Amino acid sequence: MENIYLLIVLAPLVGAILAGFLGGSLGRKGAHWVTSTGVGISAVLSLYVLKRFMFDDQEVFNGAVYTWMVSDGLHMEVGFLVDQLTAVMISVVTFVSFCVHIYTIGYMADDEHNWPKTSLAGKNSYQRFFSYISLFTFSMLMLVMANNFMQLFFGWEAVGLVSYLLIGFWSVRPTAIFANLKAFLVNRVGDFGFILGIAAVAMYFNSLDYHEVFAMAPSLADTQIQIWGDSSWSLMSLIGILLFIGAMGKSAQVPLHVWLPDSMEGPTPISALIHAATMVTAGIFMVARMSPLYELSETALTFVLVIGATTAFFTGLIGIVQNDIKRVVAYSTLSQLGYMMVALGVSAYAAGIFHLMTHAFFKALLFLAAGSVIIGMHHDQDIRNMGGVKKYMPITYWTSLVGSLALIGFPGFSGFFSKDAIIEAVHHSNIAGAGYAYVLVVAGVFVTALYSFRMFFLVFHGEGPRDEHAKAHLHESPKVVTIPLILLAIPSVIIGYMTIDAMLFGDWFKGVLYVLPEHDTLAAVQGMVHSSNGMLAHTYASVPFYLAMGGLFVAWYIYMKNPEIADKIKTMAAPLHTLLDKKYWFDEAYQFVFAGGSRLLGKFLWLAGDRGVIDGLAVNGSAFSVGWLAGIIRHLQSGYLYHYAIAMILGLTLMLGWFVFA
Amino acid sequence: MQFDSNQLIPVLPEIYILSLACLVLVIDLFIKQENRIVTYGITQIGLLLAVAITVAVGQPQTQIIFDGSYIRDPMSDVLKVGIFVVSFLAFLYAKDYLRDRDLFKGEFYTLGLFAVLGMIIMVSANSFLTIYLGLELLALSMYALVAFNRDSQDGAEAAMKYFVLGALASGILLYGISMVYGMTGTIRFDELGGAIQKVGLDNVVLVFGLVFIVIGLSFKLGAVPFHMWVPDVYHGAPTAVTLFLGSAPKIAAFALAMRMLVDGMEPLVGQGGWQGWQGMLIVLAVLSMAIGNLIAIAQTNIKRMLAYSTISHVGFILLGILAGTKEGYTAAMFYTLVYALMSAGGFGIVIALSRRGFEAENLDDYKGLNQRNPWFAGMMLLLMFSMAGVPPTVGFFAKLFVLDAVVSVDLTWVALVGVFFSIIGAFYYIRIIKLMYFDKPSDESPLSMGVDTQVVLSLNGLSMLYLGLFPAGLLSICHTAIGG
Amino acid sequence: MIELSDYLILGAILFAISVAGIFINRKNVIILLMCVELMLLAVNMNFVAFSHFLGDTVGQVFVFFILTVAAAEAAIGLAILVVLFRSKRSINVEDMDALRG
Repeated sequence: MENIYLLIVLAPLVGAILAGFLGGSLGRKGAHWVTSTGVGISAVLSLYVLKRFMFDDQEVFNGAVYTWMVSDGLHMEVGFLVDQLTAVMISVVTFVSFCVHIYTIGYMADDEHNWPKTSLAGKNSYQRFFSYISLFTFSMLMLVMANNFMQLFFGWEAVGLVSYLLIGFWSVRPTAIFANLKAFLVNRVGDFGFILGIAAVAMYFNSLDYHEVFAMAPSLADTQIQIWGDSSWSLMSLIGILLFIGAMGKSAQVPLHVWLPDSMEGPTPISALIHAATMVTAGIFMVARMSPLYELSETALTFVLVIGATTAFFTGLIGIVQNDIKRVVAYSTLSQLGYMMVALGVSAYAAGIFHLMTHAFFKALLFLAAGSVIIGMHHDQDIRNMGGVKKYMPITYWTSLVGSLALIGFPGFSGFFSKDAIIEAVHHSNIAGAGYAYVLVVAGVFVTALYSFRMFFLVFHGEGPRDEHAKAHLHESPKVVTIPLILLAIPSVIIGYMTIDAMLFGDWFKGVLYVLPEHDTLAAVQGMVHSSNGMLAHTYASVPFYLAMGGLFVAWYIYMKNPEIADKIKTMAAPLHTLLDKKYWFDEAYQFVFAGGSRLLGKFLWLAGDRGVIDGLAVNGSAFSVGWLAGIIRHLQSGYLYHYAIAMILGLTLMLGWFVFA
Repeated sequence: MQFDSNQLIPVLPEIYILSLACLVLVIDLFIKQENRIVTYGITQIGLLLAVAITVAVGQPQTQIIFDGSYIRDPMSDVLKVGIFVVSFLAFLYAKDYLRDRDLFKGEFYTLGLFAVLGMIIMVSANSFLTIYLGLELLALSMYALVAFNRDSQDGAEAAMKYFVLGALASGILLYGISMVYGMTGTIRFDELGGAIQKVGLDNVVLVFGLVFIVIGLSFKLGAVPFHMWVPDVYHGAPTAVTLFLGSAPKIAAFALAMRMLVDGMEPLVGQGGWQGWQGMLIVLAVLSMAIGNLIAIAQTNIKRMLAYSTISHVGFILLGILAGTKEGYTAAMFYTLVYALMSAGGFGIVIALSRRGFEAENLDDYKGLNQRNPWFAGMMLLLMFSMAGVPPTVGFFAKLFVLDAVVSVDLTWVALVGVFFSIIGAFYYIRIIKLMYFDKPSDESPLSMGVDTQVVLSLNGLSMLYLGLFPAGLLSICHTAIGG
Repeated sequence: MIELSDYLILGAILFAISVAGIFINRKNVIILLMCVELMLLAVNMNFVAFSHFLGDTVGQVFVFFILTVAAAEAAIGLAILVVLFRSKRSINVEDMDALRG
């Protein structure tokens, strides 16, 4: 099996290398074939691994493949941990990635129009794009298959790097460059916490291996450490919170969420793959993987819970007022990530991963459908200009409907099971902050339905498109675009019903995700409902269902039935609208405080510190004196043989004097 | 004593190289100048075969034969393979250079093979006598090679300086050996340690001899203040010879140090203090790193610059040895092998840039290399980064392992000195990168080199990156070889 | 009775003379070659003396090897000298200063 695991990881890497370095000679066709084949191989093998785990009692694999280096007893290795959690993750990642690869063939077909004629970066941009997304797949697989913190960090940074490259893929657009810089900087804040967390693990556990750390964790559960002064910190809370700060950056949790909406500057396929389905869920995965650590600190769990709930509700609200089709989906992603975090916060790790999985399918679907509409609309992304797309793009319409229903949790669709499970878990939790979280996640259901169907109605129904020219050219996208949509629509409907029994009510994650009995909210949920059918049967009694339907109805009423109400509400609640439209002024505040402040600080340091002390004295000064010294010393090498001999004899005499006669 | 022909098996690599050298010498007499490539081919194929033979006779056990004069152990196997491979690279890079300058003669390969023989004898020496013979065989071949271009004034001057100073160093070394022999009554390394214990570690004559030996050794390594020959010889010799001289013999010099100091005189290591050879090596290492890196900055000739850079790298190798632990020896061995590869590659680029009537010796000749040939500019970048110790190239790990070993024996200040001078040293490596990438070329002509050179030089450059990303393989080989 | 130390002192003196010859002589390269030979003889003196007083033949065997190597060394040295003279038209030590810095 070890070879299969290796192949899963390496196949996309080979594709990425070939398409990246030999892009010119492979040509466009060659590039998309080699990368899609690589990822395809990974996808098939991942599904095989998943099947082995489901039906054949596959043994968990945990071992090092390569020892990179050993420093002070700390082993730094490349190693894989393949268990049920990993199997689910790699299947989701490779499957979605494979769909996105195919979709990209259509989406990027005329990418040369996005570049100025003379642009050097525009040369072979098609191949480069494929190379990047394959490289991303490799990095993400490294991340989820890691069996140690070192490799986790490698994958973590590698996906961040590729995300950065892809957000700024159209590097001739200033907005894209701004967006990728922003993503990069905000992620650095998160990564700072993350690496401190890893350092704390290395320091107190003297190991980076998951299993060793997890095994030692209970014995260090009550350890208190002093960081500064006499204030005492619980080690586990500290590690948990630091690692979670990393997750906040990667999974875009408030207040580090600001980069994700801007990341929509990148091409749509990567918005689907990286900024919806996989990379942003790395934080969720990481916390779930670290469940043995998080379980030991209620403080950390509460922190996760509160941040998650806040993100889930408040970013959802912003989605209602957005007009860019991709941004609406992006805010919806933020909100759903919040839901997953909430699940983790109440120790319902399985529910979090379950929602991660269903979300990956339906959100990738929604993004790709949005991309399909964007292709049809000739890269106009404003939903106010759209309308009536339904009759021109039937496949996109129906698949979008599936995605939206899954998102709002319509009974029977995958999102229904996963979201309801989270809400129920929160309901049964008694950890601090659970009350707050419960109110927000329940209210969030209404909001989700409202913004989803607002967008859906505005795009697909009613009159339009506004622009006659666009209308004339509007038609269904090619097969390479629609087939991935259909491929993703299928799991969006059925995956929840099919797998919930095993993942939430069964023992799929037994021994993988670790939950203390007193935290076990999912067990409490199981006390109420025992199966998928039970959940469906309970629908009529659940508040979220009525809220979702309410949201759907309100959206229909405001945006279809009675459009002038929307404007009326806008004027009536102007301050609220402004608040949401400005996204709570996060961007402005960061721009002013951090960007402005650091620029000010930078300017000061540049003038006073850099130019004066460092450039003037340290660098130029020392460079000058070293150069001067070198010029002097080189004259020792006089070229005369007898001087050389004297130097040797002098050396001999001094050494004799020192070592023999001292 | 009964002679057992089985004893010849471990010595097969030496016997084979000796036969090869004689074969090349004889065959070359019957080869016309336009077919000289045959001599080259025999030499190169012979070297590759030598690798195979060394691997074939290699085994985990140590064998001491010929009355204790000769030793075959995992370390000697690894170092021999290293010497063969690096010599192969050197001959390959040198070929076009020699052909362009009418120096493509059989003697180059005969002398080169005798030098290789000298090196592998040093690697496998188990007594002062054997090591001295190997050393002289190497040195005599090298003197001749440095003067190989008979029409070059610089070459003759360099050879003369090298010869006189080399002879002086040999004299000093022999004088030290005679002292140690006189006190202990043995010249065998495996008996020496016990004999030294018996004589007592504070015997003045013994320490006297030790100082002489360490100095003879530091001359061969090129450690300050016994380094004066290095820049002049590197500068004056034909680049093809400099390439050879600057790469493979470093491996042999490392073996020289290991055999004499560690195998022979480990009791004299001097526990963490200033006595014994540890203290002497500290002085030499610190001086080498300081002087080497400083003077390199003032150079405008790349061969001279690389010569001073060698001196500073020798300082680092000494750091590993002076740690006096298995960890340190492993690190030093890793460093040496990596350095030999880096050096071969670096001079390989120098040769690749030069052509008939143009030596590419000046730093200004590297201006705008990126525009002339981006691929080999990239290779040079990797090599320079590796020499400077920039991650993720292997040079970084080589330095890291050495520093780690030194810190773990509580010589943190020495490690700090090492780091400090590495930073200064980074300046002149990165200056080359600056010239290659940010300056306008003064010479637009394309690089001319054969396909074989292109492929091997590329592999050589990429190996810096590969070994940097995956250092564990080579490290574990060194670890096993040292027997840790 | 001549003691071991007497031989060693003689060896040391010879060695010192030869070393001094190498760096005091600034004229003729041939003198350098002679000094090198003398140095090896000093070492031989040591070896033979030690060998005799230790009652161990290894030292004398070593001397034979040193003598052989010294012969080879002289050959190479003179050959280089010829090359040097051919190209520089001088065997003056002070003229060998093209390489420096």
